[in-house]
Amino acid sequence: MTLEETKKATYTIPVGPIHPALKEPIRLALSVDGEEIVDVDIFAGQVHRGIEWLGMNRNNPIQSIYLAERICGICNICHPFAFVMAVEHAAGITPPARAEYIRTITAEMERIHSHLLWAGIAAHEIGFDTIFYLAWRVREEIMDLIEYVTGNRITKAMFQIGGVRRDITEEQFPRIRQSLDYYKSLFGQLKRVFLDDRTIRMRTKNVGVLKREDALKLLTVGPTARASGVPKDVRQDQPYAAYADLDIKAMTPDMVSGTVVGDVYDRIIVRLLEVKQAIEIIEQCLEKMPPGPILAQPKTAVLLKTLTQAEGEGIGRAEAPRGEVIHYVRLEAGQSTLATWKVRAPTYVNLMAVPTILKGMQIADVPIAFASIDPCMSCTNRIVVTDRAVGRKSVVGYEELHRLSVEKTKELPR
Amino acid sequence: MELLTPEKIIDSFKTALGDSFIDAKIYQCEVAVKKNKFRSLWVEVKKSAFRDAVDHICHLQQYPHLAIISSSDLGAEVELIYHFTIYYGHHLEELSLGLRVKLPKSDLKIPTITDLIPGALFTERETQEMMGVEVVGIPDKRRLFLPEDFPEGAYPWRKDEKGPPNDMLRVLPGREPK
Repeated sequence: MTLEETKKATYTIPVGPIHPALKEPIRLALSVDGEEIVDVDIFAGQVHRGIEWLGMNRNNPIQSIYLAERICGICNICHPFAFVMAVEHAAGITPPARAEYIRTITAEMERIHSHLLWAGIAAHEIGFDTIFYLAWRVREEIMDLIEYVTGNRITKAMFQIGGVRRDITEEQFPRIRQSLDYYKSLFGQLKRVFLDDRTIRMRTKNVGVLKREDALKLLTVGPTARASGVPKDVRQDQPYAAYADLDIKAMTPDMVSGTVVGDVYDRIIVRLLEVKQAIEIIEQCLEKMPPGPILAQPKTAVLLKTLTQAEGEGIGRAEAPRGEVIHYVRLEAGQSTLATWKVRAPTYVNLMAVPTILKGMQIADVPIAFASIDPCMSCTNRIVVTDRAVGRKSVVGYEELHRLSVEKTKELPR
Repeated sequence: MELLTPEKIIDSFKTALGDSFIDAKIYQCEVAVKKNKFRSLWVEVKKSAFRDAVDHICHLQQYPHLAIISSSDLGAEVELIYHFTIYYGHHLEELSLGLRVKLPKSDLKIPTITDLIPGALFTERETQEMMGVEVVGIPDKRRLFLPEDFPEGAYPWRKDEKGPPNDMLRVLPGREPK
């Protein structure tokens, strides 16, 4: 080894494989110079399950709804939502209006629980576990409500092509309103805790900045894009289901702070505003929900026959908690499976922004910055630190990375 | 920025591409109670004019959003659809635009568009490994999702002899192999 090589020594830190919740778990290789990150490379596909292949080769379209539901453990409404819309467009089925409202209500409940889950994780990543406990305790209320309305906390099996499988009746309204009131009474406290706390501000302001132009070029979607000042929201732009009857506005951070920075703090603002927005949407849906059937075709065998004979293609787009989900479906007459099925989850595109977000930052900021695009960090099980210059390789646990982050918080000037 | 109607967009494609424009259709359906329209636009162009068509979309919208590339094995040819969305940020105005291009199996090549839309990289890499379409000029040729030990020359989404080899497929208990 020459002296020159030693001078240029950069470390490569692979982070991951990470993501059990989405289709793409992920490993990041961070090249660092001292504490500063100079380059990021992404390796995806560690547990690619070939879900699209199963939809194209094994399952009939109705079975694929339940497969779509299992693409993601956290947002298991948005995938079947986009999928059934794509099939409905391809086969020319129109779901009844009441079903559209029930779909919207369940989707917004999912947004509340997902954003609160994220808020807890974000606090945990910077070592602020009090807030983590608070956020997750508060989240239990919406989980109970989801169970009350759909019968299950996760994988709710609400969706059917041409409608939904369970109704929301008048008798259930008071219980739903009770939960919504609970969150409305809490909102001021949550806002104070997340936006005014000195520690959170210091760890999130000007951290993980994604500029508006980069967000547009890298096709970023969801709260990550909106926090960078791109007012892109499928519910506003090309509304589907009951959103088409409501005036939805994309939430951007300047509504609270007056400016758009595109940092982690702005992503917190956007998600907080969206929790409030979700509560308002559910309330409006309860008020406006029209009476009527909840399924276009209640007989599954007849529906399956229609789908086998149908020919056509369609796209379904839904605004998931993390951003736009899009499904493309092509049906061929006489074919019992889908001819083509393509799924795009929001993290698929948001990952491309990760190198831009992480470059120039410190290793201790990786957990909060990476978590700010909202991939689940629950499986960040190990980190391998490689010193290329001396060929030394050491394995550091997730706990080590977390400890670095917590230490940084502790070292902040009080 | 002027927002064109779907019909005007089709006309603008015809003017910009001339003979290379093949076909276009507008899909629309009514949603929920107020019957607002959900609209999608499907444009098919010749392979030779594909880059010009993407360039034209970049003129319709400064930063068009490319959601995904879907690919279908149609037997003799492979169909790629580039799913764009344009006019986002405006209530009810956004349009889904599917740009369709068909490639004969004898010449499965398509130029990259990462110079126009940098974020197209992931989906181009995926199309390359899953469908066996060579993306000419792609800045990162590596696989995206498939593991390194996946056999060369096999493409999961193909329905011909280049699909995944039979010994890789596991038949579920109680099912007949296809």
